[in-house]
Amino acid sequence: MRKDNLSVKGGECVIRKKRKRFTWDDLELTLLSLPSIAWLITFCYVPMFGIVFAFKNYKYKPGKGFLYSLFVSSKWVGLKNFEFLFRSPDIANIFRNTLGYNIIFLLIGVTLPVALAIMITQLHSRRVAKVCQTAVFLPHFLSWVVISYFVFAFLSTDKGLLNSIITSLGGERIFWYQDPKYWPYMLVFINTWKTFGYSMVVYMATITGIDQSLYESAVIDGASKWQQTWGITIPLLRPVISIMFIMNVGQIFSTDFGLFYQVTRDSNSIINVTQTLDVYVYKAMMQSNNYNYSSAVALMQSVFGCILLVIANKVVKKIDPESGMF
Amino acid sequence: MEKKKKPVPQDGFNRFNRIKPATNAVFTAIFILLAIITFLPLLFVLIISISSEASIAQNGYSFFPTELSLESYAYLWQSKAYIGRAFLNSVGITIVGTIIGLCLTSTLGYVLYRPNYYMKGVYTWMLIIPMLFSGGLVASYMVNTQIYHLKNTYWAMILPGACSTFYVIVMRTFFQTTVPDSIIESGKIDGASQLRIFTQLVLPISLPVIATIGLFLTFNYWNAWYSAMLYIDSNHRDLYPLQYVLISIEKNISFMARNEDFLTEESMRNLPTETMRMAIVMVVVIPIACSYPFFQRYFVGGLTIGAVKG
Repeated sequence: MRKDNLSVKGGECVIRKKRKRFTWDDLELTLLSLPSIAWLITFCYVPMFGIVFAFKNYKYKPGKGFLYSLFVSSKWVGLKNFEFLFRSPDIANIFRNTLGYNIIFLLIGVTLPVALAIMITQLHSRRVAKVCQTAVFLPHFLSWVVISYFVFAFLSTDKGLLNSIITSLGGERIFWYQDPKYWPYMLVFINTWKTFGYSMVVYMATITGIDQSLYESAVIDGASKWQQTWGITIPLLRPVISIMFIMNVGQIFSTDFGLFYQVTRDSNSIINVTQTLDVYVYKAMMQSNNYNYSSAVALMQSVFGCILLVIANKVVKKIDPESGMF
Repeated sequence: MEKKKKPVPQDGFNRFNRIKPATNAVFTAIFILLAIITFLPLLFVLIISISSEASIAQNGYSFFPTELSLESYAYLWQSKAYIGRAFLNSVGITIVGTIIGLCLTSTLGYVLYRPNYYMKGVYTWMLIIPMLFSGGLVASYMVNTQIYHLKNTYWAMILPGACSTFYVIVMRTFFQTTVPDSIIESGKIDGASQLRIFTQLVLPISLPVIATIGLFLTFNYWNAWYSAMLYIDSNHRDLYPLQYVLISIEKNISFMARNEDFLTEESMRNLPTETMRMAIVMVVVIPIACSYPFFQRYFVGGLTIGAVKG
C-alpha cells in the first residue's frame, strides 16, 4: 500500500511543474461531488452548531421559530448544565455501566473472535468451516428489535422457555425482566452472541490472506502448530487487531442503544444495571424533554471519545510503530 | 473482493501441516455447537409463530408445541391493510435509500480517488471530521425536525443514514486498487466528460464494490428502527416500517385490537397476539436469513477493503 502511495505522489510531483490551477476537470469533478458534499453539510455539519444546547437553557418561544428561540431568547448558562448533571444521583451509575460493559465487550471482542478465527481456519473439513462461518454470521444481520423478541421467547415470565424448564424441574418462576442480578451476564452474552461472528469473519479473511510459504518454512524449521500460531499468525493479525481496538476505544463512551433499551424492554426495575449514557440521552430528550442535559451528555461523549481515540492510537503506535490508524 | 478461491488442496503441505485428528474433532464440535447456538433462537421463534394459540396458552413457548397452526399468518394476511402497508414502507425505504446512498457514496469516492483533484485535501478533511465529532442526538434531532421539517415524513428515515465516511473510504480504496489510471486517461483523450468517464468506464468495472456498499445499505435500511422511533409519531401509523411495528406492538400488546378499521369485530375477540408477534418477526427475518448466505462474500470483501485503510 505504502509503496503505491509514494509512487503516485512521485508521479504527481513530476506532473505538477507549475502551480496547481482549477481546471475544467476540477469543475466537472466538483459538480459530480456536489450532492454528496451538500449531504455532508446538511446532515453532519449543520447539526454541529447544536452543541450550544449544552450551554443554554433552551426554551421554545412560540411564534418565533426554533433558531430565534435557541440563539436569541434562550439564556446562556455557562457550565451549569454540566454541574447539574454531575450532581444528579444517577450519573455515577450511568458512567459505571457505560464504561464497565464497554471494557468487558472490548476484552471479549478482541480475544474470542481471534481465537475462533484461528481455530476455524485449522479445521480439516472446508465444508464444515464454511457452513459454521455462515451460520455464526447471521446475528450480524438482525436488528436489536428482532433480537429482543428472540430474548423474550426465552425470558418471558409466564411463557418463556427458561421458566418452563425451571418450573418443570420443580423450581420457582423467575421474573427475569424485574431482577437486576442476571442482566449483566445476559447483556454480555447477548452482545457477544450478536457480534462475534462478524469479527471472526474479519480476522479469518486476514488469516487466509497470509502467505503460505511462511508456514512452509516454519514447518521445515520444525515449528509446531502452536509455535506457528504465536510466531506467524498473531503477529500478522496485529495491525487489524490494533485498528479494531483503537476504534472500539474511541467508542467506549457510547453504547448500543438497541441492546440496552430494546432488549431490556426499558424495564424500570433493572435500570440500575442497564442504563447507559445513550439510553439517558434518549430518555432525557424524548421522555422528559430536557434538551440541555441530553446535549451536555452527548457533548461529553463526543469529546471524551475523540480524546481517547487519539490516546489509544498513540499508545498502539508506541508499542508497535507499524500499526495504528493515523 | 474475494478472488475465486481455489479449494485448498488437502494433500501435500496442507495434509502434512494439520492439527491432530483429536484436536480437529474438538474444534469441529465447538463450531457446530456455536452454529446451533446462533440458529436456535431463530428456529424457536419460527416454531412459536406456527404453534396454535391454545398450545401456547397451555404450555408456554415450546420447541415441541402440541398443535401446529398457521392461523397467525392468516391473521397477518387479514390485517394486510396495516401489516402489508408497513411491509411496503420497509421495502420502499430500503430501495430508495439504497439508490440515494449508492449515488452519494460512489460519486464522492470517485472524486476522492482522482489524485490531481483540486479540492481533494479539503474533501478528505470534511469527510474525517464528522467521524470524530458530531453535534449529538439532540442537535441532529432538532435540526432535522425544526429546520428541515422532516418529522413524520419518509425522508426522515431515508436521508440521515444515506452516506457514511466508512462507505466512502471503502469505495475510494476499491477504485485506487482496481481501476487503473490509464482507463481514465483514455477516456479523457477521447474527450469524454468526467460524468461519462465515471458512469461508462469506472462503474461497469466496479460492480463488486457497488454490490458490497449496496448490500450494506440494504441491510441497514431494512433493519432500521431508530429513525422511525425518533421521527414518526403515533398519529402517522401509515408511515411505520415493519421494524417499528414490532416495537409499537411490544409497547402495547393490544395494539392491533385497537385498530378497528383494519379488523372485524369477530377477529378482534380471538386475536392470536402471541403467535402473531412472532409471525411478524419471521416476516422481517426470513428475507434476511434466506438471502445473506449468497451475499456473504461481498460483506467479507468490503470489510477487508475497509480494514486495509480503515
